[in-house]
Amino acid sequence: MDAFLIILTGSLVAICAALLGSFLVLRKMSMVGDAISHAVLPGLVVAYLVSGSRASLPMLVGAALVGMLTTFLIELFHKKFKLQSDASIGVTFTFLFALGVIMVSAFTGKIDLDQDCVLHGEIAYVPLDILVTGTVLDHLPYTVWVLLAATIIVVGFVYIGFKGLKITTFDETYAASLGISTAFWHYALMSMVSLTTVVSFEAVGAILVVAFFIIPAASAYLLTDQLKKMLFLACGFGVLSAVLGYYLAATINGSIAGSMATVAGCLFVITFLFSPKQGLLKRKKPLSTKA
Amino acid sequence: MKTAIEVHDLTVTYNQKPALWDIDFDIPDGALVGIIGPNGSGKSTLVKSMMGIVEPSSGWVKIFDQDIEQVRHKVSYVPQRESVDWDFPTNVMDVVLMGRYGRSGLFRRLSKKDKRIAAESLEKVGMLQFAQRQIAQLSGGQQQRVFMARALAEQAEMYLMDEPFAGVDAATENSIFEVFQEIRDSGKTMMVVHHDLQSAAKYFDYIVLLNTRLIAAGPTEEVFTQELLQEAYGGKLSILDQIHAIIEQKGYPVRES
Amino acid sequence: MDWDIVIDFLLLRDPNVRYVVLGSVLIGASAALTGCFLFLRKRALVGDAIAHAVLPGICLAFLVFKTKNPAILLAGAILTGWLSLLFIDWITNKSRIKTDTAIGLTLSWFFGIGIMLLTAIQKTGNASQTGLDKFIFGKAASMVDQDVFVFGGLSIVVILVIFLFFKPLKLISFDRDFASSIGLPVGRYDFLLSTLTVLAVATGIQAVGVVLMAALLITPAAAARFWTDKLKRMLLLAATFGAFSGIVGAFISYTTPRMPTGPWIVIVISVIAIFSFLFGAKKGLVVRQVRQQKMQRKILRENILKLFYKLAEEDGQLYEQRGVDQLTNRRFFIPSQLKTGLQQLLKENLLEKADLDYRFTEKGVEEGKRITRLHRLWEMYLTQYLKIAPDHVHDDAEAIEHIITPEIEAELVHQLEMPELDPHDSTIPYGEKLPNKIKD
Repeated sequence: MDAFLIILTGSLVAICAALLGSFLVLRKMSMVGDAISHAVLPGLVVAYLVSGSRASLPMLVGAALVGMLTTFLIELFHKKFKLQSDASIGVTFTFLFALGVIMVSAFTGKIDLDQDCVLHGEIAYVPLDILVTGTVLDHLPYTVWVLLAATIIVVGFVYIGFKGLKITTFDETYAASLGISTAFWHYALMSMVSLTTVVSFEAVGAILVVAFFIIPAASAYLLTDQLKKMLFLACGFGVLSAVLGYYLAATINGSIAGSMATVAGCLFVITFLFSPKQGLLKRKKPLSTKA
Repeated sequence: MKTAIEVHDLTVTYNQKPALWDIDFDIPDGALVGIIGPNGSGKSTLVKSMMGIVEPSSGWVKIFDQDIEQVRHKVSYVPQRESVDWDFPTNVMDVVLMGRYGRSGLFRRLSKKDKRIAAESLEKVGMLQFAQRQIAQLSGGQQQRVFMARALAEQAEMYLMDEPFAGVDAATENSIFEVFQEIRDSGKTMMVVHHDLQSAAKYFDYIVLLNTRLIAAGPTEEVFTQELLQEAYGGKLSILDQIHAIIEQKGYPVRES
Repeated sequence: MDWDIVIDFLLLRDPNVRYVVLGSVLIGASAALTGCFLFLRKRALVGDAIAHAVLPGICLAFLVFKTKNPAILLAGAILTGWLSLLFIDWITNKSRIKTDTAIGLTLSWFFGIGIMLLTAIQKTGNASQTGLDKFIFGKAASMVDQDVFVFGGLSIVVILVIFLFFKPLKLISFDRDFASSIGLPVGRYDFLLSTLTVLAVATGIQAVGVVLMAALLITPAAAARFWTDKLKRMLLLAATFGAFSGIVGAFISYTTPRMPTGPWIVIVISVIAIFSFLFGAKKGLVVRQVRQQKMQRKILRENILKLFYKLAEEDGQLYEQRGVDQLTNRRFFIPSQLKTGLQQLLKENLLEKADLDYRFTEKGVEEGKRITRLHRLWEMYLTQYLKIAPDHVHDDAEAIEHIITPEIEAELVHQLEMPELDPHDSTIPYGEKLPNKIKD
């Protein structure tokens, strides 16, 4: 049962992250995703302090807001202060993350967070955290409930917003010429990324969630030329990493989230070497013209 | 003749550097117009500011006597081919169907009619047999024709095209030009950013000659004079360049009111 | 706060403190120096990837050699740091994966492996492992002589190499094509720069740890860039910022043991950076805004003088006194601004007070003439050279008249062959030496 719960948790994180990560990869915003995932830390700490628990909606909202603040800060540094964009990402997330780590240290004891949790989460403790609801479902831990809800939201967002995400990702200028608000889709995607980071935080930590955002999406990108297939494949890679990662961790007795990231990377390398379309060992396909 | 586009005293600055300076001209309805000028002369910026994608520092553009927001669905825009990443995982049909997003909305399912129009548009540019082809596998000319088909699928009254002939082979150039003529013959207005002087005279009935400032705008035979071309492509205006440099350094002098 | 500890630190009384300060300064400076080159080549985030990627190397070195010897751990760090660079280049060159994804992928994968190994080591209960996790958030405050010897030494090497190869490194950062065109072995210098970066990162994680190392590379460079356009000064400033934040961070974590060192160093350097973004002498936001405001005030004063001159042209009375009402009737002014503008003009002796009104001084006439002249010359230029219709040139001239320098003015007069009339047939007033058409 524990193994099942841990793998379920990992898989839910993987699905949310893979769906959104695919768009981050295609938008060349992988590092913005990285920055957001680091930067929500201070938001989480403040929310813990204010709400006194980690089980509240305000916490989600607070941390998601900090995620948006990160995107905003990156753009502020870039556009208003005229700092080049790679540096503005680097400066922003290191600053916010450092702030978060200091707050974690300063409030040790007052909040249920420690440095290990920041780094790689506590997915192994997920089964301990049972939400007592008095129903049949009371065996599902709280984290799993939250993740389930988040997964529904993220899947719904990608399903309903598919066309908007697709056109603003593929051709932003053209989308603007049709009167589509590119800013809206940008911020909608970023807020979903923040949400996913926040809900995955306890399971996999602030840094390793990036591995779930980027690596499965990158693997899928090598395998297909259809956006929908890429989304499904990315989810598949994510879930596979979660399953195999769990057993790897059990074998060497290491961090579960770390192992999941390790497996995700190994799957990427395998895809990279053997992908029929993009792989290193690919056969040259002629640019045929049927007509 | 009815005026399709009116550009009034348009000045656009990018990072405080003027890209367009006091551009002022009218385009008659139903004309096939070439926007001509050397590299970096603001041709793309002009088209983008017509579409409301770039904010002008001063001046305005009216299309069919109205603000672009009111007539957006009547105007179709073709961005430069290099502006998108052709590794994007999608196929030709999907890209052309994007041309229907403006009308059908982002949240409604595309109808049979949308799909029929998209197929017809592909047919017009001779790309129907590639409908299911991945866009990463297209040649430059094919990519350009896909963009044309997407614009046609919008069924607009006016077409603004940014460098549709860039990097395409002669055959494609001819077939694209044929589509242009068809569009013009159906009474619609077209503005095409173009960089090749030789073919420009042949292709367009009306020319806007640009080099940050407007050199001339008018019927091709009036604009295509040695003198005006020399002015557009010849030596730079040193005073204007010096002023540009100052503006870049100090910012555009904003008036006090 | 325990003041004894503070004083101990400040007086460098404790030999350990001396090591800590020395180590922090060297590490901060060498990271900031290499960071400047990364920054200029827009590869700042590659530094982040390397930083995350050294963690598995440290763990592997520990696993293989079962020692905490800093030199050995460092070797492991350098190895995987280099590997991560190669991996990024490899996947971007050999597939359609773009750089940003390659960086994010590499850093999270290597870091994942690192975390997995680290936790596995921790759970084996190996006593000597304690301290490996210090590499995550840094341990500047607990460096001992052995650490400083190795890490400080390496930092000195990095700084010296940058000093020695300053010119070629500068060239390949600014203009690679030019560098290779003059026969510089660009590839070899790329390799040198990458090696320096890996070295700086591998030593830097002593101070701030792998997660925040990127800040020690990027942030001082970003801050320095706002103060200067010169590379030498930028390097010097960045190194100073880096070293200073290293010391402050070490101080905080020395005096408050529970606090992790790395994050504090990052906070200090970030505050310096944000201060620089706002107040930096070259590109700072405030400086830019002050400049703009100055410009606006100048525009206002010049517009007042121009109006005085215009009114004088109309009634032929150069030194007539004119009231605020007369001015505002002719042109829109925000009353409060008009008042300060007039005050300023009085102070500059361009206008003088006459009862409650104002009138030109001789100096003021010349200035009013100058602005009017520039306005009309520019209108002429626009109509003649830019072919803009006379009824469209006024607005543009209203703006440009304020930024035309005397040199450009001379050239305008020359190119337009000193026209007498502007496009609206108004006289263009020239200076002293030319016939003045307005009666005194």
